[in-house]
Amino acid sequence: MTTPAGALSLEEQIDRWRSYLARRRAIQPIDVAELEDHLREQIAGLTEAGLASDEAFLIAVKRMGDLDAISREFAREHSDGLWKQLVVPGTDTAAAPALRSDAVAAFCFAGAAAILMKLPALFGLDLQADAGFYARNVSLFVLLPLTAYFAWKRRLAPASLRWLPVAFAVAAVFANVYPFGPAADTLVLTVLHLPIALWLAVGVAYAGGRWNEVAGRMDFIRFSGELFIYYALIALGGAVLMAFMAMIFEAIGIKVESFFQYWLLPCGATGAVLVAAWLVEAKQSVIENMAPVLTQLFTPMFAAVLIAFLGTWLVAGQGLPIDRNVLIAFDVLLALVLCLLLYSISARDPRSPPGVFDVVRVVLVISALLADALALSAIAARISEFGFTPNRVAALGENVILLVNLAWSAVLYLRFLRGRGSFGALERWQTGYLPVYAGWAALVVVVFPPLFGYI
Amino acid sequence: MDFSKDLMAASSTPIVLAILAEGDSYGYAILKRVQELSGGHMQWTDGMLYPVLHRLERLGHIEARWEVAESGRRRKYYRVTSGGRRQLAEERRQWEAVDATLRGIWHALSEPVARAASSLGGAFR
Repeated sequence: MTTPAGALSLEEQIDRWRSYLARRRAIQPIDVAELEDHLREQIAGLTEAGLASDEAFLIAVKRMGDLDAISREFAREHSDGLWKQLVVPGTDTAAAPALRSDAVAAFCFAGAAAILMKLPALFGLDLQADAGFYARNVSLFVLLPLTAYFAWKRRLAPASLRWLPVAFAVAAVFANVYPFGPAADTLVLTVLHLPIALWLAVGVAYAGGRWNEVAGRMDFIRFSGELFIYYALIALGGAVLMAFMAMIFEAIGIKVESFFQYWLLPCGATGAVLVAAWLVEAKQSVIENMAPVLTQLFTPMFAAVLIAFLGTWLVAGQGLPIDRNVLIAFDVLLALVLCLLLYSISARDPRSPPGVFDVVRVVLVISALLADALALSAIAARISEFGFTPNRVAALGENVILLVNLAWSAVLYLRFLRGRGSFGALERWQTGYLPVYAGWAALVVVVFPPLFGYI
Repeated sequence: MDFSKDLMAASSTPIVLAILAEGDSYGYAILKRVQELSGGHMQWTDGMLYPVLHRLERLGHIEARWEVAESGRRRKYYRVTSGGRRQLAEERRQWEAVDATLRGIWHALSEPVARAASSLGGAFR
């Protein structure tokens, strides 16, 4: 509590204390209610004894004890309950109605996404024959309900509500007005880049009013990673369900392939995004640690692979072919390294001093930078003789964007390791960079098709 | 008086169960009762009582229910179960054994002291 206690009313002080307590994962909302009742009773007792309300508050909080120690005790007591609460909230939970209405809303929006996905079929657009149309618009079908869900959930201010639909309308226009040639490269680029650009809109809705804060954007980065993990889990389950269904229906002589293709797969895959988003929100405490654990596990491995690759490449002295696939491979490399960096940053306590893992991360980033710089210099020397195609320009642009990000991250990280900078600077740089990705993606969607003649 | 953590942890179960055996109660009132019974010597950290209550609830020694108190707030009341009463009887047997042992040893310790004191007094007589 940073504000002087005297400036706040007792209710405000209790509010702050409650929200401070509620942030602790181990303490459930129902336990917070119980502790709050205790605090109020204590304050009442002390006030009766003649203390002023702010004095009574301070003493009551002090008697409550060290919150870290208490939440450790709660965690020890309730650790077995975490899985139990994965989907079914306790019936006596005070927050249960809110959670339930949230779940209902999430499934409604999931249904809306599925309907959006099937709606074009009413107008004679076939999933197979008009695959291009579906590919261009699928990100709209999914991300529009997702953004709407968060706009509803965060009760967004009208100001942002005004321009979010505008963003989607613009996206819908640019996805559909260009006269793409059949199997055009620029069409594929649009399909790949539109979701990246629109993800920013999701982020603004997700962060609510906190998009301008580093913490708000960091939460969004965390959310994106966890959404991915949940979605992968749901997809695995869905695949098992479908395989099982195909088998038992096969046994009674009914083919379900076309049902899969036209209903279950498109509706399930779009709706699952909403369900996954809801699960991430509702079950933060359960899976919060998954992404950081995975990054912790894979950071040293990726660093080892990269160093081995660099060594072999330099020894063998092999030139690089200017192939789209090579460019994409290096883009993927940089994106992966960036993800590893981002998720380990998002889980790291900014106040803790540098450790072994920080060194490993720096090694990873620097070896990725070296590999990419070598590849870029090899490519840049010869690109003019091979000419600029939309794919090459897009891949190169992404490479430069990621390279700039990682290079400056490495500088900031080294400063931090040598005690000359704070970890917060690195967080600020990463969260501030988010609009750059969306901006480039939007550029690819809007400018590339006319620039390259819709090929 | 400062009690060791282990002693606090061990004694919290019989104390809470015994207080609830007197009648249903809730966190704040249980703490007040502990204070009153110990003459203010036992000071539990308020927040630490709740994990203890939740552990006893999980073990089935006590049951919880939410009620609206006279203040209009929702309050969680605890009641001792029959299993809890059995546990309390068992705890009581153990603590009485500990108590008897300690009393014996305190007594034995204080006797030679008394004897030494009297012989010392005799020397000066």
